[in-house]
Amino acid sequence: MAKKEYAFYPGCSSQLKGSASNYLVSVDSMCKTLDVKLTQIPDWNCCGASIGYAESGELPRHVMNARNFALAEKHLPGQDVVATCAACWLNAKESKEKLASNQTLRNDANEALKEVGLQYEGKSAMRHMVEVLIEDFGYDELKKPVVKSLEGIKFAGYVGCQTNRPFGINGESFENPVYLDKLVESVGGEAVTSYDQKVTCCGGALAFSEPDKSQKQIKDIVESAYDHGAEMIVTPCPLCQANVEIYQGEVNKKYGTKFNMPVLYYSQLMSVAYGGSTKAAGLDGQVIRAKKLEEIAVKVIKK
Amino acid sequence: MSEMKTAAYICKGCGIGERVNATQMVNIATKEGKMSLVREHEFLCNEAGVQTIRDDIEKEAVTHVMIAACSRRAKTEAFQFPSAAVARANIREGVIWSQPDTPEAKETTQEMADDYVRMGCAELKKMKLPAGNASTGHNKQILVVGGGISGMTAALEAANTGYDVVLVEKENQLGGWTGKLWKRVPDREPYKDPADTGIGAMIAAIEAEPRIKVYLNAVLAKTSGSPGQFSAEILIESGSCNTEAVGAIVQASGFTPYDANQLPEFAYGKTPNVVDQAGLEKLAVDAAASGTAIKRPSDGGEVKTVAFVQCAGQRDDSGKHLPYCSGFCCNTSIKQAMYFKDANPGVDTVVIYTDLRTPGNGEDFYRSAQSKGVIFTKGKVTAVAANGNTCKVSFHDLILDEDSEIPEVDLVVLATGQVPNSGVNIDLTEEEQDKIEVKPISILNLDYRQGKDLPHLKNGFADSHFICFPYETRRTGIYTAGPVRRPMDIAQALEDATGATLKAIQATENAELGRAAHPRSGDLSYPIVRLEGCTQCKRCTVECPFGAIDEDEKRYPVFNESRCRRCGTCMGACPVRVISFENYSVDSVGAQIKAVDIPDEFSEKPRILVLACENDAYPALDMAGMQRTPYSAFVRVIPVRCLGSVNTSWITDALNGGYDGVMLMGCKHGDDYQCHFVKGSELAAYRMSKIDDTLKQMALETERVATYEVAITDIKRVPQLIEDYAKVIEKIGMSPMKGFA
Amino acid sequence: MSEALNQQALASYRNNFLREVEEKVEEGEWVKMCMQCGVCAGSCPFGPHWEHSPQKIFMMIRAGKREEVLQSDSMWMCTSCYNCVVRCPRQLPITQIMHGLASYAHRLGLAPKEQPTRHFSALFWNNCTQTGRVNELKLTLGLYFKDGLVSGIKKAWALRNIGLSMLLAKRLNPFEILKGHECQDKAGIQRMLKKAHEIEARHRGLNG
Repeated sequence: MAKKEYAFYPGCSSQLKGSASNYLVSVDSMCKTLDVKLTQIPDWNCCGASIGYAESGELPRHVMNARNFALAEKHLPGQDVVATCAACWLNAKESKEKLASNQTLRNDANEALKEVGLQYEGKSAMRHMVEVLIEDFGYDELKKPVVKSLEGIKFAGYVGCQTNRPFGINGESFENPVYLDKLVESVGGEAVTSYDQKVTCCGGALAFSEPDKSQKQIKDIVESAYDHGAEMIVTPCPLCQANVEIYQGEVNKKYGTKFNMPVLYYSQLMSVAYGGSTKAAGLDGQVIRAKKLEEIAVKVIKK
Repeated sequence: MSEMKTAAYICKGCGIGERVNATQMVNIATKEGKMSLVREHEFLCNEAGVQTIRDDIEKEAVTHVMIAACSRRAKTEAFQFPSAAVARANIREGVIWSQPDTPEAKETTQEMADDYVRMGCAELKKMKLPAGNASTGHNKQILVVGGGISGMTAALEAANTGYDVVLVEKENQLGGWTGKLWKRVPDREPYKDPADTGIGAMIAAIEAEPRIKVYLNAVLAKTSGSPGQFSAEILIESGSCNTEAVGAIVQASGFTPYDANQLPEFAYGKTPNVVDQAGLEKLAVDAAASGTAIKRPSDGGEVKTVAFVQCAGQRDDSGKHLPYCSGFCCNTSIKQAMYFKDANPGVDTVVIYTDLRTPGNGEDFYRSAQSKGVIFTKGKVTAVAANGNTCKVSFHDLILDEDSEIPEVDLVVLATGQVPNSGVNIDLTEEEQDKIEVKPISILNLDYRQGKDLPHLKNGFADSHFICFPYETRRTGIYTAGPVRRPMDIAQALEDATGATLKAIQATENAELGRAAHPRSGDLSYPIVRLEGCTQCKRCTVECPFGAIDEDEKRYPVFNESRCRRCGTCMGACPVRVISFENYSVDSVGAQIKAVDIPDEFSEKPRILVLACENDAYPALDMAGMQRTPYSAFVRVIPVRCLGSVNTSWITDALNGGYDGVMLMGCKHGDDYQCHFVKGSELAAYRMSKIDDTLKQMALETERVATYEVAITDIKRVPQLIEDYAKVIEKIGMSPMKGFA
Repeated sequence: MSEALNQQALASYRNNFLREVEEKVEEGEWVKMCMQCGVCAGSCPFGPHWEHSPQKIFMMIRAGKREEVLQSDSMWMCTSCYNCVVRCPRQLPITQIMHGLASYAHRLGLAPKEQPTRHFSALFWNNCTQTGRVNELKLTLGLYFKDGLVSGIKKAWALRNIGLSMLLAKRLNPFEILKGHECQDKAGIQRMLKKAHEIEARHRGLNG
């Protein structure tokens, strides 16, 4: 297969020592195996996230995203823009849709972009890394590079909200998306398909401002994974990952539970299955270590 | 008439030959059944098999044919012999498919097959080939009562199909309520704006149609006769009567808006600024005529705020007003709110509803109103108070659960709904009739023994078989269309009128051939009464669900065969058993009951008689057989036209003859009945409620007769009912009556 | 400025709050299309925590309950999960409307003062637009210390294990307090956003 190239929009949390820095590490490792070249959009900026609404207003929010597109169109023409963060993808995609359907908004955005000497044309497609995997490769193709099957590990595929709603991955249902389960299966893991909290909200940004209410959500999400026999949770979203992983201690304190379930990115699973080391798969970035996965990662493959 | 010659045919196809001993069945048909000719065949429904029977009819002068093969519901075309009486023994669905194919079951399976052959032969000998009704009418003109949109549609549809029409309208012009509307709810894409009613073009089409004869300012003074030969006396303005001979009738007498004067709490009558929906249409028509906006009635002031009160006097559970939803009024209010919004978007329009119901494509219409800025508030209006030139509308907000009000409303529109113009409620006693303040005026003035108008079901709507046959009324040849049948809007009325018209046409065609209408379509049999035995008890005339039987001056029944649906309810009612059909009678069923071989008390082989309605229960049993769901081998099933035709003598005969139990299976009855003959199963249930006394007299347990409501979909349930009943019989033990008959 | 904005809106819309929402609030023109089925209310993860469901908010807007709506805590409970959006049979962008209403209330100074999400939302936008990228440490600390130093220290202390574990996992950088990730053209971004705010205020008539 020929090398695939994309304009990459990593997002704030994926940066060095950011809360999802291990996501980026594992994505890099996964992409290396799949022969994917990700070129960061030069000087990309924050998408504004959903939570910025109190002061963002409508146009400024869309302008933030329009700037990223304009930069990509200028420096990486013809390449699809790919995000790994669910919120980055959603906000960029929403802005793109809005700017496409509303000529006034688009003119306004371009008026603001003049201040930075850029022009938005809306040529680049906005895609999530999961879409690249499913649509540009396909599950069968993703199986091929597997050198260490994740056989015997049960994963609860926690899809969460923002890769699923309002846009979602093409062909998936909002109520029961199955792409994570299929990704798990394509690297040899066992998907806990009966997991019933796969699209429950983790509280999102309100994990910070409304911790009690959010932690109730997180409790439900982790508890159901345990109840359905999962050993680890896998997710495509940095905020889901962080919230569900790092608050388990708080949930334990509050509810008397004894949660200690690793929460991973799909890219970490793939990195390990493709022969990546603990470090390459970003497993050293786990607050709750994924021991079973680390054991596989350190195994030497006999050739 | 030529002499009876019987023939029995035993089919061995579909596995019958392998499962039961056909030779034994041949012997039974010959010796016990006394058939003049008996043949067995490997595959009776194939061409050769059918030809054998045809040849026998033609060359051997066979007049009566007994076919022991599949169910009477199967292979109906192959086994159709118009010149012979035909009886069927159900060996396939009823025996080999409903019994397990095991060595243990072999004996009882054979007994079942043998009995069905005995029953088939016994029935056959009591049957005659129906000769057809001599007194048929040939008139095919359609009388349409009512010149509103339903009636005009019926008239045009009939004329376009090639039938002459007499259209009677009580007002001085055609159009009905539709003619009084400014615009109608749209009936085509994009369902966004009120549309022209099109009534003018329709009236012009009627006036231009030579097949349609219109009587305006006219009512029916008397309607008599039967399908194909009705006579309608039309009273016209001058006071004189014109008599028209017609073949069938479409009653499209429409509705009257529910009287808003019954709603003083909404200030109707206290201020002209509160109107009903019809009142608003008048304001709109008048405003359009003068080229102005709709003005406030009290002072001609500008209308700035309009409130629409949905369900005014409808969906009422207090018993004071209409208990039902009229179905059209939400769309009408949406349309009327648009009258204002389309003319001036600055007018505030609020629709206060509890449940917005927008049938058809009303959802698009509703959305369109929302985007035009009509406000929809989910709430229940509690009061409208007039205050000078405005009104205060008080309501309970059902979303916010709080009392709220709109202080200054210029115009309040009450959605009051439809009351059917269905004439006199003939089911009321004279006393009850006397209590009604405003006496309803009869629409049809039928000279039928059972009353002047069509029977009602509930809330005054004409009775029709809502689930399966909505256009059928309980008067053969008379069909209802439009809001007299159930509340409806224009779009539904158009469809309704078209359907009813086709049924009316069909009725004239059937009447000409002396054939039954629905549901025994094509049946040539009709009730024959042996008047010399009649005791003038009037049960048949009272109980006939279709008003087919009148009485002569000596109170003897007079049968109007063309009005008859051939259900046999009269036959079931007759205490002296003088009513019969040529191919279905007290004897034809009684003989089958007697033909069954009843094993003795010590055999441990009880016999259970099942009388199953041929419309639902019998097909359900057949389908259970098709699915190979087994049931007790002790039952012997006889299909009946309707449970209403079951004569109590069959049950006493069966019990006296040593049967251990009797199961009656008929359709659901009550307001949501499924009985194909409307009242048959209800009457049967009533009659069976009295059977306990008879059982006690016979010193038998009451469990020995059981009645069930069975639907055609009860394919799994029916075998289970039989199994359960067989257990009951096992528990109470064998009947002590065996061996006496 | 916010009080002036509020007075101006009150004067120009009088008792027609629906029209005000349609003109001033992002996606506000959708409010009239709600058919009051209540699916949004049953789909919200924070359903037990608000007083007014989106369904009720829409009804209140139509009923002209301006103060009650704009002072409501409910819109601030939106987690942006978009569950209501995908389930709404009328396809209303409910999430965006909730954000729009909250934002409008915030601008008019009517939003509840102590609303933690209001505070965090403003903090987030200012944080990410200052340099073009989020400074996660400053964002977190900003939230802890919103009610002053003592309360901030308490909160930080209570959650110290989380911070520590993130630090150990190299997913938190203490030096971000001095200098975090940022865009090269942060001055340009400031200019661009200022312009965008100006244009929007012009269109929505929010110039105060």
